[in-house]
Amino acid sequence: MNLDFTPEEDAFRAEARAWLAAHVPAEPLPSLETEEGFAAHRAWEAELHADRWAVVSWPEEFGGRGVDIFKWLVFEEEYYAAGAPGRVTQNGINLLAPTLFDHATDEQRARVLPSMASGEVVWAQAWSEPESGSDLASLRSRAVRTDGGWLLSGQKTWSSRAAFADKAFGIFRTDPDAPKPHQGLTYLMFDLKAPGVTVRPIGRLDGKPAFAELFLDDVFVPDEDVIGEPGNGWRIAMSTTGNERGLTLRSPGRFLAAADRLAALWRERGADPAVRDRVADALVGARAYQLFTYANASRFAAGEQIGAESSLNKVFWSEYDIALHETALDLLGADAELADGEWAEGYVFSLAGPIYAGTNEIQRDIIAERLLGLPKGRR
Amino acid sequence: MRFLLDTEQAEFGRTLDRMLGAAGTPAAVRAWAAGDSGPGRALWARLAETGVFALAVPEEHEGLGPLPVELAVAYVELGRHAVPGPVVETAAAAALLAELPEGTGAAKEWLPRIASGDALVSLASGAAGPYALDADAADAVLVADGDAIRLAAGHGPLRESADPARRLFVPEGGEVLARGPQAAAALARATDLAAFLTAAQSLGVGLELLRRTVEYVGQRRQFGVAIGTFQAVKHRLADALVGLEFARPLLFGAALTLDGEEIAAAKLAAGEAAYRAARAALQLHGAVGYTEELDLSLWLRKALPLRDAWGTPAQCRARLVPAAGGPAPWRESSAG
Ligand SMILES: Cc1cc2nc3c(=O)[nH]c(=O)nc-3n(C[C@H](O)[C@H](O)[C@H](O)COP(=O)(O)OP(=O)(O)OC[C@H]3O[C@@H](n4cnc5c(N)ncnc54)[C@H](O)[C@@H]3O)c2cc1C
Repeated sequence: MNLDFTPEEDAFRAEARAWLAAHVPAEPLPSLETEEGFAAHRAWEAELHADRWAVVSWPEEFGGRGVDIFKWLVFEEEYYAAGAPGRVTQNGINLLAPTLFDHATDEQRARVLPSMASGEVVWAQAWSEPESGSDLASLRSRAVRTDGGWLLSGQKTWSSRAAFADKAFGIFRTDPDAPKPHQGLTYLMFDLKAPGVTVRPIGRLDGKPAFAELFLDDVFVPDEDVIGEPGNGWRIAMSTTGNERGLTLRSPGRFLAAADRLAALWRERGADPAVRDRVADALVGARAYQLFTYANASRFAAGEQIGAESSLNKVFWSEYDIALHETALDLLGADAELADGEWAEGYVFSLAGPIYAGTNEIQRDIIAERLLGLPKGRR
Repeated sequence: MRFLLDTEQAEFGRTLDRMLGAAGTPAAVRAWAAGDSGPGRALWARLAETGVFALAVPEEHEGLGPLPVELAVAYVELGRHAVPGPVVETAAAAALLAELPEGTGAAKEWLPRIASGDALVSLASGAAGPYALDADAADAVLVADGDAIRLAAGHGPLRESADPARRLFVPEGGEVLARGPQAAAALARATDLAAFLTAAQSLGVGLELLRRTVEYVGQRRQFGVAIGTFQAVKHRLADALVGLEFARPLLFGAALTLDGEEIAAAKLAAGEAAYRAARAALQLHGAVGYTEELDLSLWLRKALPLRDAWGTPAQCRARLVPAAGGPAPWRESSAG
């Protein structure tokens, strides 16, 4: 057991650090949940991509560096320590890309991945529906067979960044007569600018259009945009959520950097002993999350699956993120009420953590049933 | 990087678990609490055969150590099985004796006996409180007072602990073995080791409380179903697992560095997680959990004292966040 980085990993860290020091914008970009900020973030993605830092873990042919999970973690630590912008491409990179690597055809990979890596095409996730959140398998949007493809109709919602994104990936019901709800579903990609798609931005708590509702009215999707076998959508959509997402949805680098900034803020604002304990908890939480991730990465590198354990991860970082931001707001005092500033925006974003990516109630059920072996309850 | 136990380390833990599981530790704990250290000492002797007490003793004194990762593995198991006695203090005393500048005589006398399991040694350090754990059963009691380390001559009457299996005494008199800055530095390292091993023990206590509670809620029925079917029950146990599973990597991170701040983080997280697991265990066992008859009480009563021994949560937090200074202590290493 060790925590040693190899000389090669250290060199990679140094290279990333130097590049970031030279390129990270001196002023924070405007919020990526605004039109102007979205464009600025897209430009940043192009800059990252130009020197192959956008998707370091992908194979080189798709714009990556083909590095393993440890180097990916190193990169993420450096990325956030350098104060680099949030990733506008993350839904595509974290959710769609792993699925494409596992289930897509070579043609699909060659067509979709490079423009995703460069930020030229930003992807939105269209899973949730108004009536299907936690019970996602109850979804009703349909894809009906037509000449050379499928016609989509129905409604998707809460689609992050869809207000400004280009394309979306989602699950649709192709066999309404299948015996079970998660059968007869098909996973496919569609263009948000295609005829029949209406995108209605939704303002989140701070008014920014961070997500959108999608109305689909006989939207044509060619066969080449179906991922895997039709009817097999549920299995395909779920197959990458445990393993990859448990490790990569939120990298520890992000929280280590945030905890450092919190400690700095605490000192700047007079090192109030009454808040010290919460600052300490933030530092410890970030370290715990980093080491937990190193352990999972070690398992992953050894060829093990990270399954239901990813639910531990999700509950931990989402609760952690809120506590960290609440502490920062307390330190800001009267200024906490001001809607601008990174802590205020971070706080609003953190509040959604226990809701998206499977609510924490659902994650706790998974932990209790699959990790602790408690009896299944009613769903 | 491979931040995982190797097969030998994992097997060592399983061996201890099997051995302690077969040894009937609850009876030994109850006897220990009543002042009969016989069964407890028999348990120590069996533990010593696996090498547990040699792990903290350097090879030159007939030990195997120091082997912090193996120590962490072992002390999690000692916690899971509620092994009675000054297990933490004996290992910390070994670390102290091994480093005492003028204490060679004492080291020669006690270290081989510690390694072989023949000697139980307690340790009191003014900074951590006035009491020496299990001084009545111990073969020697070391006392740290400022920068002076002495071997106590005796002790006062029993001061009852909230956990009757932790027997507390104020040590009295005795000869000074060493003093000065080197002794103080040795004491600081021994105290860190005590905190580290207490963290491991806490994690074990928490894991066992959770295991017993999961078993219980799977059997106990109300409203026609196992109570483990109810989400309010499940979610509390899920949270207990989250706490424990995020304390574990901190513990092993501390084992690899033995850095004071890493140890404080591990101690804080493990102590709090075990305490929360104890609260959940007590609640979910209903009234039966509030009795001393049920063996669960042996672990329930440990959670709080272990959380506070060798560094309360407040002390750990204060160590982690000095009012001035740079980024978190571990940031430099992780930043290469
Ligand atoms: C900021 C943000 C971004 C999002 N981005 C996307 C996106 O990009 N793409 C996308 O597809 N979706 C997205 N979502 C949607 C998200 O995945 C859903 O909100 C989530 O799955 C919960 O569904 P719901 O909102 O319908 O709540 P519901 O499922 O109606 O749940 C309401 C409450 O009831 C609880 N509940 C429901 N069922 C149970 C149960 N069996 N046991 C216990 N409690 C239960 C839930 O935990 C929750 O607290 C996003 C959400 C947010 C907030």
